[in-house]
Amino acid sequence: MGKKLNKTAKSNAVTYGMVVAAWAVMMVLQSQGMVSNSISGLLVPVCIYSIMAVSLNLTVGILGDLSLGHAGFMCVGAFASALFTNLTVEAIPATWLRFTLAILVGAAVAAVFGFLIAIPVLRLSGDYLAIVTLAFGEIIKNFLNILYVGKDSHGLHVSIKDSMSLGMEPDGVVIIKGPQGITGTSRDATFTIGIILLLIALFIVLRLIQSRDGRAIKAIRDNRIAAESIGIHITKYKLMAFTISAAIAGMGGALYAHNYSSLAATSAKFGYNMSIMFLVYVVLGGIGNIRGSVIAATILYILPEMLRSMQKYRMLIYAIVLIAVMLFSWSPAAQQFRERYSLKRLFKKNTEKEDA
Amino acid sequence: MKKLVKFVSLACASAMLLSTTAFADGDAFKVGGIGPVTGGAAVYGQAVKNATELAVNEINALGGVQFEFQFEDDEHDAEKAVNAYNSLKDWGMQVLLGTVTSAPCIAVAAETANDNMFQLTPSGSAVECVQNPNAFRVCFSDPNQGTASAQYIGEKKIATKIGVIYDSSDVYSSGIYEKFAAEAANQGLEIVSAEAFTADSKTDFTVQLQKAKDAGAELVFLPIYYTEASLILTQANGMGFAPMFFGCDGLDGLLNVDGFDTSLAEGVMLLTPFAADADDELTQNFVAAYKEAYGDTPNQFAADAYDGMYAIKAAIEKSGVTPDMSASDICDALEGAMTEISIDGLTGEGMTWTADGEPNKAPKAVKITDGAYAAM
Repeated sequence: MGKKLNKTAKSNAVTYGMVVAAWAVMMVLQSQGMVSNSISGLLVPVCIYSIMAVSLNLTVGILGDLSLGHAGFMCVGAFASALFTNLTVEAIPATWLRFTLAILVGAAVAAVFGFLIAIPVLRLSGDYLAIVTLAFGEIIKNFLNILYVGKDSHGLHVSIKDSMSLGMEPDGVVIIKGPQGITGTSRDATFTIGIILLLIALFIVLRLIQSRDGRAIKAIRDNRIAAESIGIHITKYKLMAFTISAAIAGMGGALYAHNYSSLAATSAKFGYNMSIMFLVYVVLGGIGNIRGSVIAATILYILPEMLRSMQKYRMLIYAIVLIAVMLFSWSPAAQQFRERYSLKRLFKKNTEKEDA
Repeated sequence: MKKLVKFVSLACASAMLLSTTAFADGDAFKVGGIGPVTGGAAVYGQAVKNATELAVNEINALGGVQFEFQFEDDEHDAEKAVNAYNSLKDWGMQVLLGTVTSAPCIAVAAETANDNMFQLTPSGSAVECVQNPNAFRVCFSDPNQGTASAQYIGEKKIATKIGVIYDSSDVYSSGIYEKFAAEAANQGLEIVSAEAFTADSKTDFTVQLQKAKDAGAELVFLPIYYTEASLILTQANGMGFAPMFFGCDGLDGLLNVDGFDTSLAEGVMLLTPFAADADDELTQNFVAAYKEAYGDTPNQFAADAYDGMYAIKAAIEKSGVTPDMSASDICDALEGAMTEISIDGLTGEGMTWTADGEPNKAPKAVKITDGAYAAM
């Protein structure tokens, strides 16, 4: 037992260490001016997508429910935090304080949505759950597309028709402009903040997995009836995992909103395609494998950018790489091949020989 | 597996780091372009890319100012556009002719303002695209088109009861609609129905048309793109509803839609800066060269980009900057020169720019008669 715990602790330490090391290496290289513009532009998005993959892995890998609405939670977090920043940009001049609060607001609002959606949704399972979460993600996106919020001397005005029906004073500013979203959000996100948020997300998820609650959640995943029979409160734990996962996604959304000065809930950005992309990160990184999610998100996000030199063939090559990685990690023949030629085994053989 | 992944990622990372910033090699200006060449909006990005290449080749063949052009894909996505911008900077871009679509343009404009990089967007029509002093545009802004349309209808007394069908998920369409509605009130026009559709529901317009018909609309204003407009015209014809139709530059291309009965477009009025079948020499040469090179009829995006490239050339000649200067110095010089030049282009004669980045050119209203554009 003790050995097993040590093994988990060691594995977690490797995960944290990997992230911190990546941060340290990039910081050193940046201070030496050795990082190209395109790479430094990719640093924050890589953190964002890693956070999203970690968050989705909690739902898919640990809770065992297939959610296809994760982009919706990210979208809610992004809009809530960007709205908060735009409203308080004069009231709170200190960037770090405002951004911290904005992240908390994003996470909290996404958590509320996650909780509300989870109540009806978690009565379902399997494919039905996937379909309903997909629909909820689309509803969120479409609702944000008709939402208009403006601010003037009388306070906030909200409309779901168009910006004219906000009925604002001439000094009013429209903050959320329906399908045009929010523009001009202060760009506060930095790589360091991204890494800190990623570490927080990892800490929450890894601690949860190891805790008593986490074991209950995994028991539900492995056998719902057995878990229920020994007195595990299924609804409570499902709600807990789903809400935490949504909150982390909201955090990722907040980071996203503060990294670009234009935020719009388009179907390309926050539609189901994006939810499926997160799922691709999770599946390729290994379902239930948190560290794998981070690595997969990093590689798969950077890959299409690195293929820019291939011009129009790059999306084709990206797809081929996806298929190749999928085959490499999941097909039985490839698994056998990997077992035969794995580095671990080679190392083990060597050490065994040395022992002998 | 994990070790292998780590090894691969390390290898990737080190390879990336080795490709550090390149610098301009002295005899040609490096112009970057950004736009969607994959995904749903690919047709716009492709048009801009082709037309810019065409213009660059023409200019380089003239001798004088030389250009090198590189175009990056943004998939019509703000995030990808910023990535594309960063990789163009690594390539050594000195002037940006982009981006093609509005939302990505706003995101990139924040970056160019930060870096003090001169930016001329051929077709980013949202107001925020050019809010910084370093950014200019070739096309009309959305509010301009909406206001101009309402003024045109009001002043010419074309109709008083107006129905509107617009795409609420599209920045271009809803931007025009809002300004149209605001100006319509001043012009004494009555908007009797304003019905929206979204990108996810753009095949059946009978509900919107029925509402306009029931409300007694004499004219239906369509601030949308031509694909949807062709469906609206067909469906209106099917239900026996025959008001006047009025659109903006998005309707350009209506006559080339596959399988569309162009006789339905008879009498449709549109404001457009460019018509591919105009009979001036410049347009005809451009359309012929474009068709020969890319086998396609250019649309207004192509025309905007073509004019944009010539505007950059004119501004460079005016300011006297040289390719060995830094992007920031070039930007400072071009900002001033841009307001002094005047271009006779495809999208307008005697185009000039104001310091707030807006072009000065008159919108041309055309009416479709006998399957061709006729000036009104």
